[in-house]
Amino acid sequence: MPLANNRQKRLRGAAQIREIARRIRARDLEMICDAGTGHIGGDLSCTDILATLYFHVLRHTPEHPENPHRDRFVMSKGHCAGALYAVLAEAGFIDADELSTFMAPESRLNGHPGRMKTPGVETSTGPLGHGLPVAVGAAMAAKMENAAWRTFALLGDGELQEGSNWEAAMAAAHFNLDNLAVIVDRNGLQQGAPTETTNTLEPLADKWRAFGWETAETDGHDIDQMMGVFDGLPLKAGRPSCIIARTVKGCGVSFMQNKVEWHHKVPNRDERARAALELARAKIS
Amino acid sequence: MNAEVHDCRDAFAAELLRLAEENPDIVAVCNDSVGSSKLGEFQKRWPERLVNIGIAEQNMVGVAAGLANGGKIPFVCAASCFLTGRALEQIKVDIAYSNANVKLCGMSSGMAYGELGPTHHSIEDFAWTRVIPNLTVAAPADRAETTQAVRWAAQYAGPVFLRLSRMGVPDILPPDQGFTPGQAVQLREGAAVTFIANGTLVCRALEAADILRREGLSCRVLNMSTVRPLDREAVEKAASETRGIVTCEEHSIYGGLGGAVAEVVATSRPCKMRIMGVPGRFAPTGSASWLLDYFGLSPAKIAAAGRGLVRSR
Repeated sequence: MPLANNRQKRLRGAAQIREIARRIRARDLEMICDAGTGHIGGDLSCTDILATLYFHVLRHTPEHPENPHRDRFVMSKGHCAGALYAVLAEAGFIDADELSTFMAPESRLNGHPGRMKTPGVETSTGPLGHGLPVAVGAAMAAKMENAAWRTFALLGDGELQEGSNWEAAMAAAHFNLDNLAVIVDRNGLQQGAPTETTNTLEPLADKWRAFGWETAETDGHDIDQMMGVFDGLPLKAGRPSCIIARTVKGCGVSFMQNKVEWHHKVPNRDERARAALELARAKIS
Repeated sequence: MNAEVHDCRDAFAAELLRLAEENPDIVAVCNDSVGSSKLGEFQKRWPERLVNIGIAEQNMVGVAAGLANGGKIPFVCAASCFLTGRALEQIKVDIAYSNANVKLCGMSSGMAYGELGPTHHSIEDFAWTRVIPNLTVAAPADRAETTQAVRWAAQYAGPVFLRLSRMGVPDILPPDQGFTPGQAVQLREGAAVTFIANGTLVCRALEAADILRREGLSCRVLNMSTVRPLDREAVEKAASETRGIVTCEEHSIYGGLGGAVAEVVATSRPCKMRIMGVPGRFAPTGSASWLLDYFGLSPAKIAAAGRGLVRSR
């Protein structure tokens, strides 16, 4: 399998990944403004995580997306499809030109990722709380085969209010899935309000540990720091790993940062210009 | 009917063992339902290929999708009421929309749990599942068809919902009948009316046809085991060639086999119809067979529906 050959192309330094993340943010802004819809706040909060995963962690072959030996990445927070498509384009799963079709009629780039629509999408998501159970199943399949490939799932923090996550968390520990890692995009905001005033998640790391997971916390915009954490996976042999990435919703655009209304607000012409300017100059971490 | 009856779960379990022997990718997934899904022997032979996820149906179905993503062919075995009711969104999104190669096996469907009551009855599952695109929905009529349907599901690359019962049914179909989704099997020829049935009601429809034959009314009986895809052609032929259609199912009269047949009839070949099933209310306490009779699903009542339909012309 060409996974090893791909390694050179895949592995990037932190500075390169930062530049990729900057491009993804800029592209995502264009996609959402052109489509007139999207979830820009969450896209911007998970962009650095996605870039680090796709350009430092995941072993994949974009030219052969069904490669059975690939690492699996499950985007559980499916509403942030814009950021996912932009990183899939950067990684070569789809053409960059295709991003301009985001949410257009008959586009492969649906508002939420569809497995049968977009290469590189492992499972369809959109309703919350679906990604982790599927990731647990994939990790089990790898264990049954003694296979080396690993499974990663990116979860939103608000989505942890869905009970299915905790069913899956319990099972992952029971089955000793140390080939599975969850990254929680802990931006602290959900659609309508902060998570903590909606339905308290803290103490979040304690919850995961109580469910039998090994946890680590990281700055979800510090690519060097994330690379270090990912390089240390599994955090503990025999246990699934949960990485709580502290992030800022709307990260990279000053007037969107930590503002709940930017969950799915679409920038007007003036806001688009200001945001584009900030992202062009961005130095996130 | 005095014929010997059989629990189709035994045929299911036996065929799954044969298939698992042939194909190491086949795995079983269940929700603390090893016994009720008859997976004891499977667990004994391949403990590493049986995933008992515990009492967590949403996770169970998602895990099955993930196992399929990793190259496995999961047979999810759980009581139909919980599998479909509790995990419907996972069935829609993780299985059908994602085209996961997962076989959902709804055990003890219909009112098979009898006295356990409406919480455990699964008389909504055809309605819930047949509206989901890309999902084959089948209810075999006897042990031979169960065997064939399980074998078909294993070799078919795509999502399947098999609706199985625990209520004993007699042998109806020849063992070599095969199983082709979307193709009804004609069990009796006749021109008076057509009975279209599936699952546990096929044997009762056959008895109803026998009652009417003794009265000089020869009736057609179709075993319509797949409600999706439905054999539209067989329905259209029945509507044209006989004097009406009576559907029979151990399911709500809303949205199941009767609904599927009525959609074809109403839009393509209008004809007289009766829909025999569970009326739109929660069942009183009673055993499975008592409830079937209580809701008018006895051979005599089915025959009466056919007779009434003939006379109404």
